[in-house]
Amino acid sequence: MAKVKSLAELKAMREKLSNNLDLREKSNDPDSLVQIKVAMATCGIAAGAKQVMEHMMEKADELKLSIVFTQTGCMGYCHAEPTIEVKCPGRDPIVFGHVDAARADEILTKYVMNNEMVEGVIPVNYETI
Amino acid sequence: MTKIKMHVLVCGGTGCQASASAQIIENFQRILAEKGLQDEVQVVRTGCFGFCEKGPIVKIMPDNTFYTQVKPEDVEKIINEHIIKGRKVTDLLYMDPENKEHVADSKHMGFYRKQLRIALRNCGFINPENIDECISRGGYEALGKCLSEMTPQQVIDEVTKSGLRGRGGAGFPTGVKWGLCAKNKCDEMYVICNADEGDPGAFMDRSIMEGDPHSIVEAMAICGYAIGASHGLVYIRAEYPLAIHRLQVAISQAREYGLLGDDILGSGFNFDIELRYGAGAFVCGEETALIHSMEGKRGEPTLKPPFPAVSGYMAKPSNVNNVETFANVPIIITKGADWFASIGSEKSKGTKVFALAGQINNVGLIEVPMGTTLRDIIYEIGGGIKGGRKFKAVQTGGPSGGCLTEKHLDTAIDYESLAAAGSMMGSGGMVVMDETSCMPAIAKFYLEFTCEESCGKCSPCRIGNKRMLEILTKITEGNGTMDDLQELRNLAAVIKDTALCGLGQTSPNPVLSTLDNFWDEYVEHVVDKKCRAGVCKKLMSYEIDKEKCIGCGKCAKNCPGDAISKTDYIAPGHKLPSMVIDSTKCIKCGACIAGCKFGAISVK
Repeated sequence: MAKVKSLAELKAMREKLSNNLDLREKSNDPDSLVQIKVAMATCGIAAGAKQVMEHMMEKADELKLSIVFTQTGCMGYCHAEPTIEVKCPGRDPIVFGHVDAARADEILTKYVMNNEMVEGVIPVNYETI
Repeated sequence: MTKIKMHVLVCGGTGCQASASAQIIENFQRILAEKGLQDEVQVVRTGCFGFCEKGPIVKIMPDNTFYTQVKPEDVEKIINEHIIKGRKVTDLLYMDPENKEHVADSKHMGFYRKQLRIALRNCGFINPENIDECISRGGYEALGKCLSEMTPQQVIDEVTKSGLRGRGGAGFPTGVKWGLCAKNKCDEMYVICNADEGDPGAFMDRSIMEGDPHSIVEAMAICGYAIGASHGLVYIRAEYPLAIHRLQVAISQAREYGLLGDDILGSGFNFDIELRYGAGAFVCGEETALIHSMEGKRGEPTLKPPFPAVSGYMAKPSNVNNVETFANVPIIITKGADWFASIGSEKSKGTKVFALAGQINNVGLIEVPMGTTLRDIIYEIGGGIKGGRKFKAVQTGGPSGGCLTEKHLDTAIDYESLAAAGSMMGSGGMVVMDETSCMPAIAKFYLEFTCEESCGKCSPCRIGNKRMLEILTKITEGNGTMDDLQELRNLAAVIKDTALCGLGQTSPNPVLSTLDNFWDEYVEHVVDKKCRAGVCKKLMSYEIDKEKCIGCGKCAKNCPGDAISKTDYIAPGHKLPSMVIDSTKCIKCGACIAGCKFGAISVK
């Protein structure tokens, strides 16, 4: 590895490398960030939730959004898979159904960034800890 | 493109390694590869999380799940249930002993809630053998800031303003120490890191070196810049092989990146570090003995003045600081002296790392702001006394410190308050005791240690400590007198005043503080020949309950001292007469108890 020649170079290295630790940094204080849970039980996987999650992670990076992604088990909405639950700080969590790549982009740009409601919300009638 | 979705952090500190954490890591890597998940899940070996009682620890990010007491066989379950299906494995979660509920994330645990991890900021978070992870958390930027934006005097001023005091135990203001050394600027000066950590049961420095070695490397370079030294020496005890290894890796990686060596970060400043190994002597934690040990001489302290700042290693000006003191330096430079000074109490700024040990539920490593009360540490963070027993005392400062009792529980911990209570901060060892601990025996234990470790150069320590030990042995064996207690006090006062170095000057502390706080217990040992804690074997009497004894005679057969014989008493319902122990012949070996199937023999 080449020698670091100046403070400016060190700072640039830090910028570049911080992505790797980003996941750990964010998880230390999840409540201050947007949390998105992707249902990844059998029905979710069968409906393609894994690809949706990967796509969303890339998109979030592109849009420079600070989001913590977790995969969870079955949320109960098997009829509407893939489903995701989006919790923005200060707002109640919202579950979206039938999420594909296009809808995912819409949710990120409209709901997460601008707090504009998007179609396809599934009413939640229980609370999670 | 698959992205890393999860980080699995496994504790790689010595404690957890001894409990097979290396096997856990191997299992994770193997099974994840079998399932084709190795590109999505990153397995990282980190430093000590601190919750050693519940180790091995595995932390899953991003959902911040904290798994405790993980065994290598549990790995497959964690992968199948948590990583693949997203369901937490409840029986590996920490269970709060009070409300018996599982707590998944460390923020909500009593152990972590009141902690403020500054010196331990990276321990348990990064892989200590990966300099990139350290850099991405801001590592070496403090050094860069010093080299490019601050003059050496400004660095010294910042450290002084922060109020940082030596964490090795004496609490001397660090910035002032650096200033005193800088005044003697010459062409050959040394920055020395005291990594000897001799206090029994203390492992604060070890965890910092194992979990975040780069912080020490960086801090030493900053110190070198501030005082004008280009040589760094780390005196590390040989009993810390993992810490030695991690430091070696860190130093070689720093050299590779040009963060150690010539012309660091293009500033023209040169600095490099060498490791020197101890050989098992407690006294070599004293700075002058340490220096002499490095010079190849016998590890004996020498009179101060001259202080190392004037004449240290090879008679050149040297600055000696403890590992934890150094660990605080980079963050003081980055976040500023005012930030550091805003934490802690009036005269003791910042945080302190403590190694909690003894009869407490949550044994491990903690870091709290100065000024936290003992009560919080023992009951909230420590989880209270094991087995629900009663708190008796807590020993702080190891063999140099004293005992604090119930009346001190609301003392805010800092350098001054602990000294006022008859103890001292020391390097941070905290041993909690309950009613099963015998205070004279504890004083004797510490004195055995200091006697063994005394270098022998000065008479007060060499002879005085030995005499104190002899008296304490007499007391714990039932041969003490009230005169002995007075003699102990006299000896202690003289040794404190006249010993050459800190070892001798503080070795009477456990004796004096237990005499002051537990006088009744000493008198009981001397006058009543009784040990209320049940520890001093020679003061215990072995007795046969004549109602329970059926007279089988097995005990008499086992007794090597021929101390058991028949009585005339036959208990109701029994056929044979009960046995009795002659206490004058009893050697208290316990062979009788071992052979009795009826539970008729007890120790009082």
